[in-house]
Amino acid sequence: MIKQNLLALQIVIPLIAAPLCILLRRRALVWGFAVLVCWLTFGISVVLLRQVLETGLVSYEMGGWAAPWGIEYRADPLSAFVLLFVSGIGAIVLSSAGLKDTALDEIPVSRQYLFFTLYLLCLTGLLGITITGDLFNVFVFLEISALSSYGLIGLGGRRQALPAAFQYLVMGTIGATFILIGIGLMYMMTGTLNMADMAERLVMADGGRTALVAFGFLTVGIGIKMALFPLHIWLPNAYAYAPSLVTAFLAATATKVSVYILLRFVFSVFGVTFAFETLGLGGVLMFLSLLGIFVASTVAIFQTNIKRMLAYSSVAQIGYMVLGISFASTTGLVAGIVHLFNHALIKGGLFMAMGCVMLRLKSVDIEDMAGIGRKMPFTMAAWAVGGLGLIGIPATAGFISKWYLIRAALEQNWWIVAVMVLISSLLAVIYVWRVIETAFFKEPSARAREAREAPLSMLLPTWVLVGATLFFGVMTSTSAGVAGRAAEVLLRVIP
Amino acid sequence: MMDNVFGLYNYWVVIFLMMTGFYIVISQRNLIKKVIGLNIFQTSVFLLYITIGKVEGGTAPIVSEGFNVYTNPLPSVLILTAIVVGVATTSVALALIVRIREAYETIEEDEILAQEKLT
Repeated sequence: MIKQNLLALQIVIPLIAAPLCILLRRRALVWGFAVLVCWLTFGISVVLLRQVLETGLVSYEMGGWAAPWGIEYRADPLSAFVLLFVSGIGAIVLSSAGLKDTALDEIPVSRQYLFFTLYLLCLTGLLGITITGDLFNVFVFLEISALSSYGLIGLGGRRQALPAAFQYLVMGTIGATFILIGIGLMYMMTGTLNMADMAERLVMADGGRTALVAFGFLTVGIGIKMALFPLHIWLPNAYAYAPSLVTAFLAATATKVSVYILLRFVFSVFGVTFAFETLGLGGVLMFLSLLGIFVASTVAIFQTNIKRMLAYSSVAQIGYMVLGISFASTTGLVAGIVHLFNHALIKGGLFMAMGCVMLRLKSVDIEDMAGIGRKMPFTMAAWAVGGLGLIGIPATAGFISKWYLIRAALEQNWWIVAVMVLISSLLAVIYVWRVIETAFFKEPSARAREAREAPLSMLLPTWVLVGATLFFGVMTSTSAGVAGRAAEVLLRVIP
Repeated sequence: MMDNVFGLYNYWVVIFLMMTGFYIVISQRNLIKKVIGLNIFQTSVFLLYITIGKVEGGTAPIVSEGFNVYTNPLPSVLILTAIVVGVATTSVALALIVRIREAYETIEEDEILAQEKLT
């Protein structure tokens, strides 16, 4: 009974739990409940991934209506993989919200129960985008996750959070509306909203100009949502001024799910031939991602607010994912998909560490962080390991992504791209080292002198994420293996 | 030529509204005006969908004797959802504007930026 309805439960459980959080209200109660729901969701996604790896595809008909007419939920290796890390990071980050003395204290007590409601709604939206096989459903879930994330960012303690949330709202709505236009035009050509059905009919429809326009609107819309350079301007402020827990969650999941949408639309719906051979999407994506990597990494070096610095680094890292996708080869896709996962862990861990710093220093400015490594050794050690992952040092998860990326570039004789990936890693060395040097080798600032180590309830989740980057840096067969399966399905190497 | 102008009349309206809304969002510095622009932009897409659903000579999609051709009801239903999303977006935006006004005592984007530069 439960086993047949897993796909529906994945969405329904957090969706129903979200409004219940308003009824519970008391912090201890609502936290326990929300964490339980998150771990339950994670458990479901683990079972789902195992099922998918056995059978290749799990499908569910919503309300018993058969596929092309009804709404279909389907999980293939790619969506199951994304579901797994989105729900996993959601659960780990929320676990750290704890009872007292945590990063949750950044949010006024009277609004804390709303944080949990919005958090679960956002999780529902992100999981929904990933699991659905219906185009219009993608738009609906996109807006569920987006609207709740505007609210979450607006909960930030400093007033800058409000204009940041508003800017994100304007950009996000334009992006989502572009996606809506694209979906409408595709429906116009084919008369179906089911992705698998659409893929078959698009080949026959030969939409010509309509297909071209639909594709344009979709890629630009998704580009805004995933903060692809130069459509990233909403991201740095939103991440810098949102509450630390929100930043950790959104940075690790939201843009990754948008990259997933891109993969889904380009490879599963439009097909490689149309997107890459007819339209030459690869060249555009490669140019923009390389430009984004260099510009965003350089800007990151000059930031004084470290959360903002990590946000710019996120824009650069999105570039690496898109660069992998732009090769349209199996290795390139593996690089892109595995970096989705690795970067989610790395950035999640780094922003969690920033949450610890924010809790003790009430600031994330680099000047205030001077000498903090002596007072908060475990926090900053976690930061350092995460930072090494960001650079791509061997034995961290980041190395695996870059390894596949460079291999993919060399496969197609793009040796200049491979060299640029290596050079851009040096930029990451600069901005990561700047923080490590300040934190460990400088005289403590006034704020750092009074700081003490973050509580275990926050250190533990931080180290789980950072530890995972080390684990998956060594045990590559798991993450890269699943990513390989996903890439093969996307390129239809195996049916 | 005339077919392009009058036959595709709805689409021209859609494009005109879409660009108007988009331009307002980009050019206006007042946050409320931005939200209005966003609304016009979204509404144009609603019109696009409803136009797609129209079948020439079709009646309202209610089964009854004497009618064989029906307008496609699905786009209208989809747009009902999109309208709800639009209303939700507008209300979140307005709520944010109220709080921005409390924090900055202005809803002009350039004045907010100027205050940020000083602090």
